[in-house]
Amino acid sequence: MKNEYDVIVIGAGPAGSIAAKTAALKGLDVLLIEKRQEIGDPVRCAEGVSKIWLRKHIEPDHRWICADVKGSRIYSPDGTMIEMAEEIAGGEVGYVLERKLFDRALAYESAKAGAEVMVKTRAMDLIMENGFVRGVKVMHLGETYDIRAKIVIGADGVESKVGRWAGIDTSLKPADIETCAQYLMSGTGIDQNYCYFYLGNDIAPAGYVWIFPKGEDLANVGIGILGSKSGGKHAVDYLNEFVKKTYPNARILEMDVGGVPVSGSIEKTIANGLMLIGDAARQSDPITGGGIINAMEAGKIAGEVAYKAISKGDVSTKALQEYENKWRSTIGYEIDNSLIVKETFTSFTDKEIDSLAHSLEGVNFSSMSLLDLLYALFRANKKLLWDLRVLFKNVVKYELDFER
Amino acid sequence: MVTINVNKFKCGYCGACVGVCPAGALELVETWIEVNETCTSCGICAKICPVGAIEVKK
Ligand SMILES: Cc1cc2nc3c(=O)[nH]c(=O)nc-3n(C[C@H](O)[C@H](O)[C@H](O)COP(=O)(O)OP(=O)(O)OC[C@H]3O[C@@H](n4cnc5c(N)ncnc54)[C@H](O)[C@@H]3O)c2cc1C
Ligand code: SF4
Ligand code: SF4
Repeated sequence: MKNEYDVIVIGAGPAGSIAAKTAALKGLDVLLIEKRQEIGDPVRCAEGVSKIWLRKHIEPDHRWICADVKGSRIYSPDGTMIEMAEEIAGGEVGYVLERKLFDRALAYESAKAGAEVMVKTRAMDLIMENGFVRGVKVMHLGETYDIRAKIVIGADGVESKVGRWAGIDTSLKPADIETCAQYLMSGTGIDQNYCYFYLGNDIAPAGYVWIFPKGEDLANVGIGILGSKSGGKHAVDYLNEFVKKTYPNARILEMDVGGVPVSGSIEKTIANGLMLIGDAARQSDPITGGGIINAMEAGKIAGEVAYKAISKGDVSTKALQEYENKWRSTIGYEIDNSLIVKETFTSFTDKEIDSLAHSLEGVNFSSMSLLDLLYALFRANKKLLWDLRVLFKNVVKYELDFER
Repeated sequence: MVTINVNKFKCGYCGACVGVCPAGALELVETWIEVNETCTSCGICAKICPVGAIEVKK
């Protein structure tokens, strides 16, 4: 560890590792710090990811891919099933990852690109001077150090403090977080080609149960409920009920818990000398809870903007505005649309979800995109079209891809 | 004064409580949660914890 770098990235999740790699490849002097002793562990993820988008950032490697998925099966409260499958020439649409190995592989990529990586190193505060972030106070093995940097990138996930230290309030309201619990189970007997989703306010209030294949006879069986609906019963209680009823004989091999931001875009993700990326910037998708791809996309943009800003010798918000503009016009645009869908769907009763599902019976889906699902729903339900008219307007304006 | 109690045997150190605390009173350090004196006992962390590991002291 030196006492000065061009860029310090806080947090070695997908966002941080891609940012560190991108900046290091440009020739910047980069430090990537991670407070955990093992990158990627414990897991707080269902590990599903879109193939095409993943390939933009890293070549898929069988060592961290557990399953190839070709479609989704969605169950409404009364058991009506909607299947969405897609056969793309040469393969399936999604992967289920082994995040422990995937996250480490991404950090390794950043190290190969020249970034210095430090684990068991926790950011404790920012060094601020004249309204500029000038570095990070860290703790490593019980000792504290001041490390200076031209730009700091906050990639510290759902528990992010970096934004708050710079005066950006990133705290999430209970209605802005999905609280989740998951078991890795053997013996569920699911078809490993599909991801399964169960909807219903009894089993998962304003959320859903997911079952993602993990290879052999393994699967991630998890649940997310909206934080505002949690309290009397917590996510793990709903999960236990579901598992007891559905898979009484399956075995639990691992337990994961976590929170996903579903707030939609926050107002500001930059300050002088600072960018926030990934879950720290609340960039996960409000409807699916997916955040891996968005985190990597934001990481890439931030790494590139850091290089430009440092080359020009201007790290003020004026120079970093490019990051803000770029992520908002790409992933941010989809996040905002998903937020509209989320707000409509979380207000539905089980009866309404059932009737939507019935309206889709017999519809043949040739793609897995949420947009196609919405189109079919619009065709069958005029009221939904009205409720989501804002979204519809946007969709007409842009060709949207909800798949990530 | 410590205003909440985190059951460290239940906690899965996921950091969700840290993300919702409006006061910024929580910190996930290695494998445990630390609470500082700015906690207002609002109870939001206890509400959203996936495993119900947090108890607000009256
Ligand atoms: C139960 C669950 C299921 C999910 N399922 C999916 C899914 O199927 N598909 C999908 O795409 N997304 C899913 N997500 C969301 C996804 O996991 C996140 O969006 C993604 O991990 C965000 O990446 P990130 O790099 O921003 O943050 P993280 O992966 O959370 O990484 C942040 C890192 O920063 C470190 N850190 C935090 N504070 C500090 C500090 N002060 N100093 C140093 N290091 C620090 C943390 O230890 C952590 O390693 C799920 C989330 C949950 C909780
Ligand atoms: S939300 Fe609950 S399980 Fe997660 S870190 Fe906080 S106390 Fe632990
Ligand atoms: S009770 Fe409220 S203020 Fe106290 S730690 Fe929990 S969320 Fe923060």
